[in-house]
Amino acid sequence: MTRPAASAAIGGRSRDGIARRLAMDLRDGYVVNLGVGIPLLIPRYLPPGIEVILHAENGVLGLGPPPPPGQEDPDLTDAGKQPATLITGAAIVDSALSFAVVRGGHLDVTVLGALQVSGQGDLANWYVPGRNPAVGGAMDLVAGAREVWAVMEHVDRWGRPKIVTDCTFPLTGRRVVTRVYTDLAVFHLVTGKLRLIECAPGVDQRTVRERTAAPYIDDLDACGAGS
Amino acid sequence: MIDKFRADAVAALARVPSGATVAVGGFGSSGRPDTLLDALCVCDRRELHVIVNNVGSDFTGIGRLLAEGRIRRLTASFPVLPDFYDEYFAGRVELELIPQGTLAERLRAGGAGIPAFYTPSGAGTMLADGSFPLGYDAGGAVSARMAEREHRDFGGREHVLEYGIVADFALVKANQGDRKGNLRFRLSARNFNPLAAMSGRHTFAEVEHLTGTGELEPDDIHLPGVFVDEVLLASARRAVTAERSS
Repeated sequence: MTRPAASAAIGGRSRDGIARRLAMDLRDGYVVNLGVGIPLLIPRYLPPGIEVILHAENGVLGLGPPPPPGQEDPDLTDAGKQPATLITGAAIVDSALSFAVVRGGHLDVTVLGALQVSGQGDLANWYVPGRNPAVGGAMDLVAGAREVWAVMEHVDRWGRPKIVTDCTFPLTGRRVVTRVYTDLAVFHLVTGKLRLIECAPGVDQRTVRERTAAPYIDDLDACGAGS
Repeated sequence: MIDKFRADAVAALARVPSGATVAVGGFGSSGRPDTLLDALCVCDRRELHVIVNNVGSDFTGIGRLLAEGRIRRLTASFPVLPDFYDEYFAGRVELELIPQGTLAERLRAGGAGIPAFYTPSGAGTMLADGSFPLGYDAGGAVSARMAEREHRDFGGREHVLEYGIVADFALVKANQGDRKGNLRFRLSARNFNPLAAMSGRHTFAEVEHLTGTGELEPDDIHLPGVFVDEVLLASARRAVTAERSS
């Protein structure tokens, strides 16, 4: 269970460690959309016996692993426009039906990277002002998926908390995030309230408190568990 | 007798005037109608309003239209190509940035006679509140902003009003098609193609394989020929190219 520390100073999970931890929470039969970055590491850590259907915005239900070199098909890519494969039993739909799957509540979980998550579950992940704006399917995914799990480093490269009272980056959606997985901790949002569910191995509650700008309920205190 | 097949793409595309609104299928280079886009360039059309999910990652397809200065406004969800943004910030092309699912549904709705619909996507964001810059002037100041969306509450959730898109023309690509315009797509190259085709008042389809009428089983046709006006043969297909992620 214990992963090598991401940072010698405070411990915590590596990028793969975050993906492995999140994969433990996926249930057999879930329909899941994975964003780019850490979320794409998740399939390799699915526990035995857990089958999920991976959805890609460009109309794939049942995405498989990348093809071996030389077997790429220009007519089959993932939502990141990389060559893809299909699992047995996959289905192809057009983009409107693909997003009917998304908005219609037929996705169990979307796992997305984040710039910031607020204590109320607001998500900012599509645009850094001053850079080139592009949104893709992010706003549809957060509006439609039953669960929105944000995956990110706990603090940014300057050490500033990414779990904030109010997002300063432009929003992708309001009150949409239901869980947050970071290198340091796992939070759930329950009826609009942020709750600390667990600390990563080797990380204590004080470390999480110091690096989290939004107020939250510490469920580890409530049940008397340590980290 | 219905025969929508045309041998000459440039001659066919000549009916598209400069200034037209053109919906285009494809997701990056996958399923993108490059034969038709190249013909549009050969016809030297300009001031186009292009509706497409991505510009792509190079100067082929939509990228060629951009490089040749033929686009006045782009409606898209994920432009990608850095050179597009150079043109946008320099005030030479406008950007209407639309959530991907909203773009797909707007094309579908326009082709299905639905003038507008409410969606939760984008509610409460700068793509709906009237603040996103549609364009810049030559000095780099914002010259126009995207329209503020009408917001309405359904079941305690905020939704925004989005309009169906009826494009003057549509350019799409299919794997198979017949002379009646019936189309069949292949794998994820389907993407926006049927929706763009539906939204066009006049729709061109390039096909990799022209099939004999009746060869496609009625149950296997993804888009019936009623949505397609002219069918052309695609020139040789490109090798797969990895593009930047969306």
